[in-house]
Amino acid sequence: MKVIQIDKEKWADGLDRLAGSYRLFAPVKEEEFYNFKELAKDEAPDLNYLNTRLSPKAIIYPQSEIMFEYSLDESAEDHHIMKEVDNSYSPQAVIGVRPCDAKAFLLVRLNFDTPEYKDPYWIRAYESTTLVGLACDSPCSSCFCTTAGCGPYHEEGLDILLVDADNHFLAKVLTEKGEKLIKAAGWDTAADEAEAGKKIETGKQAAETKISAFVNTDRLPEIDTVELYKAPFWEDVSFSCINCGTCTFVCPTCWCFDIQDENHGKSGVRMRNWDSCMFPLFTVHGTGHNPRGTQLHRVRQRFMHKLKYYVDKYDVGIQCVGCGRCVRSCPVNIDIRRVCELMNNYGTEKDSCAA
Amino acid sequence: MTSYIQKIQEVSARLLKECKVDMVIGFRKGTIPLMNEPYFARTAEDVQNLVWDSNCGINLANYLTDRKENIGIIAKGCDARNIVTHIVENKIKREQLVIIGVPCKGMINKRKITAMSEGEITEVTEDENNVTVKGDGFEKVLNKKDVLQQNCALCIHRNPIEYDELIAETVEEQKDIDRYADIREIEALSPAEKDKYFEDLFSTCIRCYACRNACPLCYCPTCFTDEAKPQWVGKSQDQTDIETFHFLRAFHCAGRCTDCGACERACPVGINMRLLTRKLEKDCFDLFEWEAGMSLDVRPPLDTYKPGDPDDFIK
Ligand code: SF4
Ligand code: SF4
Ligand code: SF4
Ligand code: SF4
Repeated sequence: MKVIQIDKEKWADGLDRLAGSYRLFAPVKEEEFYNFKELAKDEAPDLNYLNTRLSPKAIIYPQSEIMFEYSLDESAEDHHIMKEVDNSYSPQAVIGVRPCDAKAFLLVRLNFDTPEYKDPYWIRAYESTTLVGLACDSPCSSCFCTTAGCGPYHEEGLDILLVDADNHFLAKVLTEKGEKLIKAAGWDTAADEAEAGKKIETGKQAAETKISAFVNTDRLPEIDTVELYKAPFWEDVSFSCINCGTCTFVCPTCWCFDIQDENHGKSGVRMRNWDSCMFPLFTVHGTGHNPRGTQLHRVRQRFMHKLKYYVDKYDVGIQCVGCGRCVRSCPVNIDIRRVCELMNNYGTEKDSCAA
Repeated sequence: MTSYIQKIQEVSARLLKECKVDMVIGFRKGTIPLMNEPYFARTAEDVQNLVWDSNCGINLANYLTDRKENIGIIAKGCDARNIVTHIVENKIKREQLVIIGVPCKGMINKRKITAMSEGEITEVTEDENNVTVKGDGFEKVLNKKDVLQQNCALCIHRNPIEYDELIAETVEEQKDIDRYADIREIEALSPAEKDKYFEDLFSTCIRCYACRNACPLCYCPTCFTDEAKPQWVGKSQDQTDIETFHFLRAFHCAGRCTDCGACERACPVGINMRLLTRKLEKDCFDLFEWEAGMSLDVRPPLDTYKPGDPDDFIK
């Protein structure tokens, strides 16, 4: 595996060159929070961040995305015919994405890119994206990536992993996409591989020891689904939930959407918008009946999906990368780590006192 | 604060033991700094989890809507006013409730404190007047007065006006507060400037509806935003739809909002949507000398008619 040394002096020049062939997205600070934004010309990424308020999922999977357009003008020949819109899928790169958020794209992929179903919008956007990760040297106290199948230096899902080494970055090139981007940026100083490898390993170990929050997920696969569904702790867990969509909207691994037609005068668009299992509207039937009619149903759905149904269906761990965003953003402090503990301990001695 | 906690636990345990209530709604300690979680206690054991400090900014009246049990509820000044509003609007019966009033000294602003800190906050402690914030490599003592939520800094009803038990001596109410300086500034803008102002204000909204759902007033079985037939508002990130949601929601709170601040506190992206509800609060006061939730016996101005009501808006 190739490691390139990027002197910080050459960083901006390289990004400038990239801007010629990629749309660049990176964290920038807006008032109080960091978020991913498309960089304007001469705007620099601000890599001095712990984590962004919202995940970068919208770069590949926008909150509102137009799929088709149509005319309602009956004098037009093509009225009432859905026509695909000409979305641009020009190459784009996300600079400074955290390893957890990059891994999250792989989780989401399980839903959008399957042997049976291919979501063309997501796939095209994903394929045109190069993910340049930034290893996480100061994880937040609410991050639990190392026990959620990920880690501060995790490489899965990334095309390049950048490691901050004072006056330069070490760039570990992981895929062909990554190779292409490094070339386009003109960063061409190969690092001494053995030495760089050592540095990266030391950084990784230091970062991992800083992770102070964990979840146990070992028993989740073996617990009976129906038993877990009926567990008495759901009332306690769900009581405070106000069923906003915050946890699902900030989450890099939540993928649900809703399709809407919107008409303006004689034309209209068919679009999809993020949806949330926490909204009552998510499951309401045409008859008015709602099979997930209570807050308890909805809260249980979110956690059962992430920590049980997904685990059972895909057998690749939990549907969470431990970024901690939902923990930090939930207005009433519902904490997935606590719920995971309750679920994982269900049926053992420990579960009686955990609530 | 610890004296508050002791008394809250004592009263709650007694009410449960005497079977006066089936549950007590309060807060349990949060899993991260500057947060507590709304919580219900049903047993003497649960009661041990009830806490109180300056991170109890969520409005607990929100948890009463249409409940059937007999409930003890911990209520600071604004919660109590929203409980009154709930009773007036038939969302809960007075007889079902034992209101455990907490004279409030103000809740602290999580976002402001976070923005003031050099790194991630890992521990926060407080005493009567100060908040001590600790993180990796820093420690800071802040004066609580300087880091209150804005609604608390402006609050003139810290003592619950309706209660059955009071867990401490009443606190002194703040006087000579200019509650609406920022609102007057917006009122003075031209329509075009206002348009721009609100466009900027809501530009980062992700429509998670935490503001609506944290609000005890927003209990409609189907919110107008969620109606499909007819569909009043589009569901995308369209700016007009976003603003329509906020403006209409604010109007639905006119004459009912107590400025408890739960909506602003809940917003994950830090939007101050209270600017809208406070304008309406100000109007209700100017036009009808009305403050929401101050009495169980007076109907709110927007569901009554009085011959003396101002009518110069009818042209
Ligand atoms: S868990 Fe928290 S963030 Fe999620 S819907 Fe409930 S209140 Fe909102
Ligand atoms: S569930 Fe929470 S911690 Fe897990 S990936 Fe989603 S936002 Fe992050
Ligand atoms: S609108 Fe906001 S301030 Fe007013 S009562 Fe609702 S949550 Fe409280
Ligand atoms: S809580 Fe904030 S982001 Fe969510 S809908 Fe309200 S204003 Fe928008």
